[in-house]
Amino acid sequence: MSAESGAPDAQGPESLDPGKVNKQRRYFLIGATTVVGALGVVGAAVPFVASWKPSARARALGAPVTIDISKLRPGEILGPTPAWRGKPVFVVYRDADAVGRLEQENDKLADPNSDNAEQQPGYAKNSTRSKRPEIGIYLGLCTHLGCSPKYHGEVQPQPFDANWQGGFFCPCHGSAFDLAGRVVKGVPAPDNLPVPPHEFVTDTVVVIGQDEETA
Amino acid sequence: MEQPQMEQPQPGKLVQAWTNFIDWVDERFPLTETFEYHMSRYYAPKNFNFWYLFGVLSMVVLVMQLLTGVWLTMSYVPSGDGAFASVEYIMRDVEYGWLLRYLHSTGASAFFLVVYLHMFRALMYGSYRKPRELLWLIGMAIFACLIIEGFFGYLLPWGNMSYWAGQVIVSLVGAIPWIGADLMEWVRGDFLMSEVTLNRFFALHVVALPLVLVMLVFVHIVALHHVGSNNPDGIEIKENKDANGIPRDGIPFHPHYTIGHDLPAIVLFLFFFCIVVFYAPEMFGYFIEKPNFEAANALKTPDHIAPVWYYTPFYAMLRAATFPLFGVPAKFWGFVVMAGAIVLPFVLPWLDRSPVKSIRYKGMLSKVMLALLVVSFFILGYLGTIAPSKPATALAQFFTIIYFSYFVLMPWYTRVEKTKPVPDRVTTKHSKKTAAGA
Repeated sequence: MSAESGAPDAQGPESLDPGKVNKQRRYFLIGATTVVGALGVVGAAVPFVASWKPSARARALGAPVTIDISKLRPGEILGPTPAWRGKPVFVVYRDADAVGRLEQENDKLADPNSDNAEQQPGYAKNSTRSKRPEIGIYLGLCTHLGCSPKYHGEVQPQPFDANWQGGFFCPCHGSAFDLAGRVVKGVPAPDNLPVPPHEFVTDTVVVIGQDEETA
Repeated sequence: MEQPQMEQPQPGKLVQAWTNFIDWVDERFPLTETFEYHMSRYYAPKNFNFWYLFGVLSMVVLVMQLLTGVWLTMSYVPSGDGAFASVEYIMRDVEYGWLLRYLHSTGASAFFLVVYLHMFRALMYGSYRKPRELLWLIGMAIFACLIIEGFFGYLLPWGNMSYWAGQVIVSLVGAIPWIGADLMEWVRGDFLMSEVTLNRFFALHVVALPLVLVMLVFVHIVALHHVGSNNPDGIEIKENKDANGIPRDGIPFHPHYTIGHDLPAIVLFLFFFCIVVFYAPEMFGYFIEKPNFEAANALKTPDHIAPVWYYTPFYAMLRAATFPLFGVPAKFWGFVVMAGAIVLPFVLPWLDRSPVKSIRYKGMLSKVMLALLVVSFFILGYLGTIAPSKPATALAQFFTIIYFSYFVLMPWYTRVEKTKPVPDRVTTKHSKKTAAGA
């Protein structure tokens, strides 16, 4: 390796003489080796990085789910027991009063008109964020850090809000949502609760995970 | 190495055999040389105090965690169906399994306790200042690694608090603009926290991160012994050496500190540690939280999620960000604030502009700021354990600002304050007494 070991050797190659080193050639070779080596490292990293992605089994378990809502009564909620892709789904049945209240406190909400298109399919961009005004379907995971908010459907003073109009409250970090899953201003959660793609197969059966656009 | 043993009168046969054996090793491996470099001829300042115990105590805890961790791995099953049950199996059926687990879970808390005290020592005496910047950076890397290691470990019992705490922390990644959602899915390996996530966290917790930790600790000690230890006076003892090149204020680390200082401390530490392990291993829900006695349930968030005590100051800062800024949502700022609280201390060596190192010779501003840092850390720590409310959030915001101002304002307050003159030689209780008497 070192120049001294090569020097006494009469038959050693000339390039070992420090005076005759072709530095440009050497730098080129070092550079080329580094680039090829780095490419190799990137290539070798691919399987390691990719193996962290959801596996085929996990993707298969993410298939649409069918929910029977025939037993759901006004003011009640189905959930968080039904799950789609393991995420809790809230199916909330709002009575006429509750639907009316959704129009009244828009100035308290961060995104009252559902302008963030990522949080719901186009057919749920309306004042009730739903296909049918009385049935709201939302993913029950707080858009802050993914806790599952609790359903507080009644209009009554709550420890976290004396003027509570009914909705969802996340006990983890104090984010509040109205009965259409719209986030109120001044809480950690940035966005409304997502509306999953869904489709009413009959009046009382809804499929979560597919709709006319994706089916 | 020339050994003068030959001139000594007739050593016993066993001693002679031992000496021969060490000579045999030394010719093939630098055993004596390494021992002398790091122990018997490593000159540490003679004025070490109580605060200098927590480095060695961290290493004691590290060894204990490795040992109990390996043993726990023998009975633990990292699967969605089996993890929770296997922890119960360890607690009830495995001989001394309860002890191994409590040593490990209490050890995690003890690890953070001694590391926080170790870091506080560095802040007090300016141990991060030149020439110890790299030592500090390596130490901070150990701290960051420890935070991640602790988080991965916390998921493994697969209790409901494990599950949802994991969900919350992994969701932090989702706060990163644009790539967040995809990145989150990549980290979890699934659309939600699942067995897949548990398996990879297990691999990282028991193999990858312990290797990194042990390597970093090794490098930390190599760096320390290269630059030499700081001391409560912040004086470089290497600048005042005697004719033999030995620092006048230094004493050999071994046996003075190993036997005289560290060994009793380790015994005392283990005494208190055992009291906790035997009488309060759950620490009333602060070490092992109540919802964790229930198996993970992807559809039921516990009513109140709080991390283990050693993360609560950072958790309180995460929750303190409640309003969007510059068009970026509050969630992202919470992530930025929390990450900043851990990243900012890395650059401490370049923030401190004081002409002196130790708090003993710094001015009033530095003392007040350090005290405020400690107070804010405790209060944030408390706020992180309680349920969110408006007054608590306001308080957390205030103390987050206090925490950050210790670092952000440091270039200013360390420059403007009046410092005291630093003596040439280190001071001890004894030297202070003689100075007063003379």
